[in-house]
Amino acid sequence: MTDYRTLAFEEVEVGDKLPSLEIEITTGLIVSTALATRDFEPVHHDKAVAQATGLPDVFMNILTSQSFMTRFVTDWSGPEAVVKSVDIRLGAPNVPGMVMTVTGRVQAKDDDAGEVEVAVAGENNIWGMHMEGCVRLQLPGS
Amino acid sequence: MNDEQQQAFEQCLYRFVGRQVCARTAAKDAVNEAMIRHWAETVGDANPAYTDAQWAARSARGRIIAPPAMMYSWNQEGFPVVAQGRAPDAQTELVDLFNENGFTGVLGTNVKQEYYKEIGLGERVHLEMVIDNISEQKATARGIGYFFETLASFSDQHGDLIGTQRFRVLKFIPPETAAAADGGGAEQDTLQTPTRIAAPRGHDNSWWWEACDQGQVLIQRCRNCQTLRHPPRPMCGECQSLDWDSIESCLEGELLSFTELHHPRIPGYPLPLICGVIRLREGVNLVANIVGAEEQALAIGMRVQGKVEQVDEKTMLPQFYPAENGVEK
Repeated sequence: MTDYRTLAFEEVEVGDKLPSLEIEITTGLIVSTALATRDFEPVHHDKAVAQATGLPDVFMNILTSQSFMTRFVTDWSGPEAVVKSVDIRLGAPNVPGMVMTVTGRVQAKDDDAGEVEVAVAGENNIWGMHMEGCVRLQLPGS
Repeated sequence: MNDEQQQAFEQCLYRFVGRQVCARTAAKDAVNEAMIRHWAETVGDANPAYTDAQWAARSARGRIIAPPAMMYSWNQEGFPVVAQGRAPDAQTELVDLFNENGFTGVLGTNVKQEYYKEIGLGERVHLEMVIDNISEQKATARGIGYFFETLASFSDQHGDLIGTQRFRVLKFIPPETAAAADGGGAEQDTLQTPTRIAAPRGHDNSWWWEACDQGQVLIQRCRNCQTLRHPPRPMCGECQSLDWDSIESCLEGELLSFTELHHPRIPGYPLPLICGVIRLREGVNLVANIVGAEEQALAIGMRVQGKVEQVDEKTMLPQFYPAENGVEK
């Protein structure tokens, strides 16, 4: 059993930066994550249907963007953190051949609730901002 | 659409506010290890709270939990959507109404999930959804349109609220695009890498850019008084002569000033993006990118050496390196 550590609320400061995460966008990733979130909309697995909407290829579904946003934050916080909300503004689609870099920074702390608010952005290298928003987490006390 | 038509349309439109998209419905599958594992594998999430029963048993929760981001997944309709299409409901009716009135464009703009309660294996998510609000008509960057928001509420088998999701969608009149004209852009088969914004070429400066395309940086010279000038313009500032020729710059110079552009990030422009003003040895100033050095390594007065380079598929530009880097000319 691996030892997992979870950040304590007191250890986190406003302004702390999270380790960035690079995600290589492939057809396999787009199709697999769409199906794993039970999203069978053809634009996420059928290139011809995606192209008919004016895009060059299949594109990532929203549930997957939400998933990467929470994964990014809990990778940093550790597993005992409780995710309270994920608020996302959606930007340019992620299509195969791109690389999305996810970055984040602690932007607020709520001492009463023991919650931290992390601003997160995912930018792809071709079209720019894919997702931007914030994740609220409840962290255990030390 | 004239004012009267718009009024009639909006009257139909706003009747959708508050309408139920689906009544409280149980997910086909209870929260289970297999679906969580598929999700965790594809998203690359190694959080043991979702997949490591041994760890979870000793954790503060004492059990495995479903990934919060899967909240909506449990109730997704799955493959029948592809095979049979979506069953009509208030949302599909609303979308049809938009489409019939020319608001055929669709764009998900915001999604917010709030989580009130973690759920474990064997629990069953129930979903109900309403059309929560529709905006007034807005002029957006995409076109004229309306935002509508659905509110989904998720509860467990006891009726306790697990979380909510607000999803905001823009329905808009798409501008007529070249892609639409040639059949929806289906022939665009590869990912187009954006290039830099092309410099406008006019009567007085296209000769300069054409030389640049050939790998040369030219400096305009007055044929009457021999004064050099840049950027290109039709008349000599010294003697007002309209007669000119040009010389080729050696691209050696001194950095007069520089700045790094951090925001906004513009597609097609690599970072770091440093712009400098270079005093060329010939005596005129040129604005160009400084490459091959971090911003911290630059200093006003340092010597730089330029080279005309292909910076993307369509663009040739002079770029400058710190002179000690020994650029081949």
